[in-house]
Amino acid sequence: MLLDPLFLFLRQSFTIAAKDLRSELRTKEALNASLAFSLVILVLFSFAFDPSTDQFHDFSGGFLWLVFTFAGTLVLNRSFARELQNDCLDALVASPVPASALFIGKALANLFLLMVIEFVSLLAFAFFYDVNWTRQAWSLLLVIALGTWALTVIGTVFSALTVNLRLRELMLPTLVYPLLIPALMAAILLTTDLLGGTPIGGENLIWMKVLVAFDVIFTAVALAMMDTVLVG
Amino acid sequence: MRNKFLYGLSALSALLLTWNIYKIFLVMPDELNQGAIWRIFYFHVPAAMLAMTGFGIGMGFSLAYLFTSNLRYDGIAEGVVEVSLVFAAVNLVTGSIWARIIWGVWWAWDARLTSMLVCWLIFAGYLMLRRAIEEPTQRARLSAVVSIFGAVDVVIVWKSIEWFRTIHPGPVLSVRQGGGMAPGMEALMYWNLLALLALAIVLVMVRMRQAGVSREIDSLRRLAHSY
Repeated sequence: MLLDPLFLFLRQSFTIAAKDLRSELRTKEALNASLAFSLVILVLFSFAFDPSTDQFHDFSGGFLWLVFTFAGTLVLNRSFARELQNDCLDALVASPVPASALFIGKALANLFLLMVIEFVSLLAFAFFYDVNWTRQAWSLLLVIALGTWALTVIGTVFSALTVNLRLRELMLPTLVYPLLIPALMAAILLTTDLLGGTPIGGENLIWMKVLVAFDVIFTAVALAMMDTVLVG
Repeated sequence: MRNKFLYGLSALSALLLTWNIYKIFLVMPDELNQGAIWRIFYFHVPAAMLAMTGFGIGMGFSLAYLFTSNLRYDGIAEGVVEVSLVFAAVNLVTGSIWARIIWGVWWAWDARLTSMLVCWLIFAGYLMLRRAIEEPTQRARLSAVVSIFGAVDVVIVWKSIEWFRTIHPGPVLSVRQGGGMAPGMEALMYWNLLALLALAIVLVMVRMRQAGVSREIDSLRRLAHSY
């Protein structure tokens, strides 16, 4: 069959993703830390700005995405660091799974974990700051998914890239955040609009395009580069 | 031969810079609306051009390293990015001084300023990563990947300028539409670009030589340890 290599690739990716999710859900190391961290940041915001003013809603998208990216880094840091114990990373690289399938698998697992954390943060955000997120719920979920994929793609590559460094925890955010700026800018603007009840279309459509283009371009670059990062 | 070229280029750069500075400060008249401060453009704009070109060239040599595994290309990429980062800093600082006089603030979150700052941060991260990795081939491989991600991102960051409302003065050179400079003023800009380009090449060559020497020391050290 012509599509057999594709099915094999997908099966390998899903195997890796399932393995990552299983080990994370059994220990809940990154998940718990990340959820607790995002709640702490959400509480801190109430001191940074007066939550009762209308102006607060103009910043809501920015606040949410800051929580998402900060909390996300905790998960992404663990993604490859988890494999260092018992030389699991060497075993993964030596296995018949290609580096690109390893990348997609890890990225899918990270995407799932981040989306869970983000959804809980969103509910907490709506609860604490009286934000009605259900007005454009599906569009909002789409924007969050696209923005999170951008964070995941860049984050997963750089998690692999920094895994052997002494200063791993410091290097990852320093490298990832500046690269993410175009995607974050788009996601923040769209999220603020959607939380305010403005649908996607017209003026903000361009940011949707930026977000999709960012995802497509960097997924392609990441797939091409992953072999170099892991194997050399 | 290489030494002669290096010294010749340094001399050319020094002469051109002296001549240009003389013309910029003593010959050119004050600009109608901005007064004396407009002269900073003669350094501001060429610095931006050199920095952006340098980041692109850095990516080129990073790719060349990945295809050939020749550490020389990695040394060139490092030198080019370092020098470009300095020019990006010159661009940001001169722009900031200009903004203080004309706009009244040191910094405005205008799209072009933000883009340049983001580029600076990305490639500062590249150099930080290089310092964090000891092993030369691993350093070359991983930093090449970062350089490629960075250069692709710079294009996207820069493109977003088109969709942002901007308070930056429009393009001032005649090669782009809507240029607003007198021909005599613009020619001097290109002379200064040439002077700074010569300076940049000299700096990159010096850095390449240092990178070569440090590779040699490294291999000698390995040799000594292997006995």
